[in-house]
Amino acid sequence: MQAETTFAADVGTGLIAAHQVCKTYATGDAAGRLVLDHIDFTLKEGEIVAILGKSGSGKSTFLRILAGLTEPSDGFASYRGRRIDDPVRGLAMVFQSFALFPWLTVLGNVELGLEAQGVPLHERHQRAIAAIDLIGLDGFESAYPKELSGGMRQRVGFARALVVNPDVLLLDEPFSQLDVLTAETLRGDVDDLWRDRRVPTKGIILVSHNIEDAVFLADRIIVFGSDPGCIRADIPVPLPRPRDQANPIFRNLVDQVYTLLTTVPGAEAAKRRAEPIGIGYRLPDASIQQLTGLLEALSQSPYDGRADLPKLAESEHLSTDDLVVLVETLQLLGFAQTAGGDIEVLPDGRTFAAADLQHRKQMFNEHMRRAVPLAAHIRRVLDERPGHSAPEGRFLAELEDFLPEEEARQVFETVINWARYAELFAYDIDSGVLSLENP
Amino acid sequence: MAERWGLPIVAWPSRLRPSIWDGIALPLVFGGLILLAWASHQMSQPFHPGEALPISLDPRHLPAYALRTVMRMAVALVASLVFSIVYAAIAAKSKRAEKLLIPILDILQSVPILGFLSITVTGFIALFPGSLLGYECAAIFAIFTSQAWNMTFSLYQSFIAVPHDLREAARMYHLSPWNSFWQLEMPFALPQLVWNMMMSVSGGWFFVVASEAISVNGNNVLLPGIGSYISVAIDQRDLQAVGYAILAMLVLILIYDQLLFRPLLAWVQRFKVETIVGKEIEPPWFLKMLQRARIFHALAWALSLMALFSSRVAQRLPEIPNVARRSRRFGRALDMMWAVILIGSALAALIEIAHFVHAEVGWAEVGHVFVLGAITLVRVVVLIALAAVVWVPIGVWIGLRPGLAHRIQPVIQFLAAFPANLFFPIVVSLIVFYRLTPEVWLSPLMILGTQWYILFNVIAGTLALPNDYLLVAGNLGVRNWLWWRRLILPGIFPAFVTGAVTASGGSWNASIVSEIARWGDTTLRATGIGAYIATETDKGDFPRIALGITVLCLYVLVFNRLVWRRLYQLAEERLRLD
Repeated sequence: MQAETTFAADVGTGLIAAHQVCKTYATGDAAGRLVLDHIDFTLKEGEIVAILGKSGSGKSTFLRILAGLTEPSDGFASYRGRRIDDPVRGLAMVFQSFALFPWLTVLGNVELGLEAQGVPLHERHQRAIAAIDLIGLDGFESAYPKELSGGMRQRVGFARALVVNPDVLLLDEPFSQLDVLTAETLRGDVDDLWRDRRVPTKGIILVSHNIEDAVFLADRIIVFGSDPGCIRADIPVPLPRPRDQANPIFRNLVDQVYTLLTTVPGAEAAKRRAEPIGIGYRLPDASIQQLTGLLEALSQSPYDGRADLPKLAESEHLSTDDLVVLVETLQLLGFAQTAGGDIEVLPDGRTFAAADLQHRKQMFNEHMRRAVPLAAHIRRVLDERPGHSAPEGRFLAELEDFLPEEEARQVFETVINWARYAELFAYDIDSGVLSLENP
Repeated sequence: MAERWGLPIVAWPSRLRPSIWDGIALPLVFGGLILLAWASHQMSQPFHPGEALPISLDPRHLPAYALRTVMRMAVALVASLVFSIVYAAIAAKSKRAEKLLIPILDILQSVPILGFLSITVTGFIALFPGSLLGYECAAIFAIFTSQAWNMTFSLYQSFIAVPHDLREAARMYHLSPWNSFWQLEMPFALPQLVWNMMMSVSGGWFFVVASEAISVNGNNVLLPGIGSYISVAIDQRDLQAVGYAILAMLVLILIYDQLLFRPLLAWVQRFKVETIVGKEIEPPWFLKMLQRARIFHALAWALSLMALFSSRVAQRLPEIPNVARRSRRFGRALDMMWAVILIGSALAALIEIAHFVHAEVGWAEVGHVFVLGAITLVRVVVLIALAAVVWVPIGVWIGLRPGLAHRIQPVIQFLAAFPANLFFPIVVSLIVFYRLTPEVWLSPLMILGTQWYILFNVIAGTLALPNDYLLVAGNLGVRNWLWWRRLILPGIFPAFVTGAVTASGGSWNASIVSEIARWGDTTLRATGIGAYIATETDKGDFPRIALGITVLCLYVLVFNRLVWRRLYQLAEERLRLD
């Protein structure tokens, strides 16, 4: 007890805090891959903090460390001054996939946490019913999750979290599997509960990749940079609740965050220019169809070579995640560049958009060799080999020195996909052999 | 509100008043209890080796024999269930235990089931001298071995496949390991387990019949049951009695199906992790009765109280400190030590075996047994190929007619469950009558019971083919051999492989009872490793039984690794339809 009190003094008044948290995943390399790099973070009482980042920025891992579900490799997380080693009482989590037990009814799912705490049957029942009413599920107590729509299922997820009267609510992309309309309704209801103080919860952490959700709900937005995950920006949202999405300040904030997410800030960019990307670079998994489609659209009116990113996403029906991947690829290949929340098509991009299929393939081929070291490397090896072919294992092993196995596979598949389009080299899935033959 | 079918978890006292269904339920329950009590009493009758247990061919005695057979089946099933839960839970929870337990299971799975009977029977008899219980245990153990490994694998695979988010939710909401096991892992595993149990019981009938007539050191012991009944019928060349036995078996399987598996299968639907409401199946009558009769509500209420109590007790248990997690270096050292122990004991066992073979049997005989194994291997391969040639076209033909397929599937399932060894006497009497060569004509017995798995899976595979493919093929004018080669064969390949793996496993097992057959005092013998094991078991020559079983086991293992597993991978990676 003594140790804990003195310890608490160091930590300050935050509800939840992270102290120099690092996370490394094992790769073929001894050092492993760093996904979270010395993160310091505090959640104060009475605030909602949103954590935004590209997929793969480690934001979900970070939330799991705060929840006590994952161990940090270095540093530690604390809740009210106590170190978090395992899931602690007082924290509840809502999952992206809902994570409801399909064999339990709505009531059974909501009662689960109380049952585990040993709350007597009668009280358990009353509290569960109250939580179900609170989240607007009355009448569905005896339904099984599979009978419910996605939105209703996530309401059960919220009821299950709220029924244990959590101090802090951890939301892991809670709206991302719902359609836009449902997501907005649920988001509004969460805001209502928070504003009217109808729940004893003192703080919420929302992990999301949806910028609008974050600006709508959060008092503070933390933007994660990737490779490795780090805090790139901490933006306060000074708007009164409930927030109006049409409000110019709201729109401005959305724009600002968009820029942060899609562009690499000065220092990092300079670092990247100084060290060109290596063969272990995590290639964005972009589809050729979408790439060419986007370039074509950008080169025509109304954009004429320049577009505002949030608007582009909206009018082309692209999710933030998809757009981020496409923009990164266009930048990487030298077809476009970003500046101040806008994307600008470069001359090569324009030529590409105007070219016919054969010419496009040829251009893609040249740009790929120049800008993607992995592709250039594979081609060089195939050129040098007497039979002009090589087994995939060799390249995968090289990639696994830099990336965990699964991601190495993913990058390998991406480069094969692009190379097939560019006719840079061929790949036979049956034998796992790369070659220069053109069937 | 739609009628939910499911055993109630919580029952309120107001629901405990009797209903009409109680009128049917009560006599059934008490009648069943009395029968079980009688049968279990019969099991522990005093008995001395050499004593003859009279088996009468009078069909009036058949119901009593059938009950004894059912009893053995039930005991084995419960034992398998308990074993598989404990074994799979340990293998899934502990990485170190997993390294040892799973390979052991893999090998146990390829040991011929009747081999277990040959090896263990003397031990069981010694365990209960002067009582029939030892023989009963040996028979039950043989049935157990035909079910337990399968069920354990199914459970283990389900345990490690529990969705990650559900696990996280359980941890986040502080379910104790005990609670988490019963509220998350077991429910998640249930649908697969029940399906597997049904398949295992189907296989079990075969071995219940085979294991009731036990011969130890030339002594023939006939445990009262359908299997012994048919054994006596064979001795007396009584085809009519064989017919009665087949009829009794038919009724037994029907009862098991109606009272146990139909209700169970319907009930476990709710444990399936799926995002949409599947097609509602009409609840079987027996499940309806269970759900409507109040007496079962009372029972469920009592069970839920017990569950509550157990979880309370579990909460009081001190948490086991996770030493390895606290110190990584210590964990790694422990891993190393464990690996050294495992490799060391494996080496010691290997030396022991070599020594044993050298001293007791001699290497020449080992070579001979390997040749016998090769002969049986040829039989298995040829039979599977023949079965494929016959059943694939028929299965596809049926599968293309969904109406017919749905009507015929329960029949095939039933055929697969029916112990083929009951039909052996009929086939053997024909071979004797027409003086056919046993080397060739005994072989079909091996696949008599297992060929249905091929047919069953081919039908299911054809049914699963998207109709679009068939339409496209028709539209492009793809016909005849091209239609088979480009559409049907690749399309049903994964299903076919699943069926063929089961069929081949069953055939290896059946070789022990089908390479030697009797009809009255005529004995037919085919050359093969199954005949070798059966002969040595009759003689009670333990080293040779062990040798035969080890070699057979090796063949099955190597064949599975080299052929089936590769085909399976190919099917999984390339030809899946999703």
